[in-house]
Amino acid sequence: MSSSPPPAAPATAPQAAVESPEVARQGTQKLLKYLVIAVPYLWLLAFFLAPFLIVLKISLVEVRVAMPPYSELITFVEDGWIAFHGSLENYLWLWDDPLYINSYLSSLKIAATSTVLTLLVGYPIAYGMARAPRRWRFALLMLVILPFWTSFLIRVYAWIGILKKEGLLNLALTHLGLISEPLTILNTDIAVYIGIVYSYLPFMVLPLYANLEKMDLSLLEAAADLGCRPIKAFWVVTVPLSMTGIVAGCFLVFIPAVGEFVIPDLLGGSETLMIGKTLWTEFFNNRDWPVSSAVAVILLLVLIIPIVLFQRQQQRSAEAEA
Amino acid sequence: MTKSRYFAPAGAMIAFALAMGTAQAQEKVVNVYNWSDYIDESILEDFEKETGIKVVYDVFDSNEVLETKLLAGGTGYDVVVPTGSFLARQIQAGAFQKLDKSKLPNLKNMWDVVAKRTEKYDPGNDYSINYMWGTTGLGYNEEKILERMPDAPVTSWKMIFDPEVVSKFADCGIHVLDAPTELIPAALNYIGEDPDSKDPDVIAKAEDVLMAMRPYVQKFHSSEYINALANGDICLAVGWSGDVLQARDRADEANNGVTVNYVSPDEGALMWFDQMAIPTDAPHPENALAFLNYIMDPQVMAKASNYVYYANGNKASQEFLEEDVIGDPAIYPTPAALETLYTVTPYPPKVQRVVTRLWTKVKSGQ
Repeated sequence: MSSSPPPAAPATAPQAAVESPEVARQGTQKLLKYLVIAVPYLWLLAFFLAPFLIVLKISLVEVRVAMPPYSELITFVEDGWIAFHGSLENYLWLWDDPLYINSYLSSLKIAATSTVLTLLVGYPIAYGMARAPRRWRFALLMLVILPFWTSFLIRVYAWIGILKKEGLLNLALTHLGLISEPLTILNTDIAVYIGIVYSYLPFMVLPLYANLEKMDLSLLEAAADLGCRPIKAFWVVTVPLSMTGIVAGCFLVFIPAVGEFVIPDLLGGSETLMIGKTLWTEFFNNRDWPVSSAVAVILLLVLIIPIVLFQRQQQRSAEAEA
Repeated sequence: MTKSRYFAPAGAMIAFALAMGTAQAQEKVVNVYNWSDYIDESILEDFEKETGIKVVYDVFDSNEVLETKLLAGGTGYDVVVPTGSFLARQIQAGAFQKLDKSKLPNLKNMWDVVAKRTEKYDPGNDYSINYMWGTTGLGYNEEKILERMPDAPVTSWKMIFDPEVVSKFADCGIHVLDAPTELIPAALNYIGEDPDSKDPDVIAKAEDVLMAMRPYVQKFHSSEYINALANGDICLAVGWSGDVLQARDRADEANNGVTVNYVSPDEGALMWFDQMAIPTDAPHPENALAFLNYIMDPQVMAKASNYVYYANGNKASQEFLEEDVIGDPAIYPTPAALETLYTVTPYPPKVQRVVTRLWTKVKSGQ
């Protein structure tokens, strides 16, 4: 996902005024290409940009007791004049109360830790799958995808049954004599980590598997021929080559984990601070749509800025290599 | 009443809703949005038989969710059931239409004791009728509490707000409603302040009381305690009267050696009212009025209360109530106990923010 975009089609150099059939053909091709690109752009415009602008608009106005529960951003006054009522007060409010900043930081921390854990669990799985005999690979792939056939919510609920005090995990550990008192895992941050790692594991494994499977194994043979031991070859050959898969997997886990609401709500305790929960409280308990919209806009920025910076850096290094 | 009524499979309800959903395009439909586990479904079937109006029944589990939908508009619901303090704000926002009382002859059955109190939220009771009411008090596991503290002050808020007492029960599990607008008034009432205070300085005093309780609370949640009390997973909960009584019944049925009791503490408890109202943009207001009038029928209302274990605001229904409902002071408090109950009004938006912030601090320590 982070590699540089495909090289732009060779720019048709401004040719002499002579209109050759070749140029006309290229013209229609270009038009077709734009049409094809237009579809996803329209999609983004309708389902991403338009809702975002609505949220942005609400974040600039004031809360009031009415339907809908916020004031108007733009009103029409006489003589065709329009009045603008926006202010950045809601954003300043987020800065005033440490709750919001703490929630953002805590979400980033939980998401980052979970991403690292998911990578540590996911990499060996993907590696094992990619190096397994070819006839097993489809079955292994299915095992990774299979949990998607059950609702995400039900799978998270199942973890409540496993982790609670009288749950399966505590029962098993007690019977094995490993613990005498049941462990308190449910309603703590540990349960949130378990929930996120479990739920997002396929998003880490699938891109890694796709990447590792394509790897040219003769490179490892070459390393061995040159006297490199397998463990070292893994670190200097396999891992760097799978970097795009690692990055893709990490983004796919990190981004949704930052805004996660269901897992901390069901598995986390009341101390688990995540921006998704803070947003919920703001929207439903305070009924303050403007402030919750401001929280959402900032969340988007928090996620988009690092992604953009990262992509730039990737592009630059790709260009430097080329 | 059958023994298994509380286990009425949710699936049946969903199938019911789906079957009814297909009829939505027709004229004779009423879309009802009520709390979960809050009606005897046979009432809906009887209503359909009697009037030929199909009921599309949908449920919610928090006032916040209902209010957010209502204020966004275009819900398509004809009858909704907010709690009084939420109703008051929604009326102010213009979310409801005035009831045409000429279409509601059964209003004569209503109970003035309740109607007088609901006027605080809905002056003149112009926009709503009472469905159920109850109190917010304490549910506890008799065996576990007495085992830890034989002289436990079970009829007092000391059980939860006195650190000396509540600390003794931390090991057997304590749940508290995740409802700041009910817990803050309870804490204020405990320290002798006005539970309905809107003064941020007074509200701030609740913080000390709630923070003292916090270390011993396992979870802040508004529905899990029903099962947890019934199974013996927890021994103390701040909960809604009817819900604790449902837990008591489940424990009785399971015969698991758990005895659950409900008390509305001596210092006073919050009395709340769930009110049926018709949204401004209801697509079938005539059918909604017919539904409201049907619900106010004494026998129908009695059937509903006998099923959910909550008191209702219908005087005429009382003769049809079963003895374990009308005779239970936990459901229908004695006149003396009624005097100790208090009501609260909605917080203005600025104060609401203080309240929510305080609650977040109590729950998360942040």
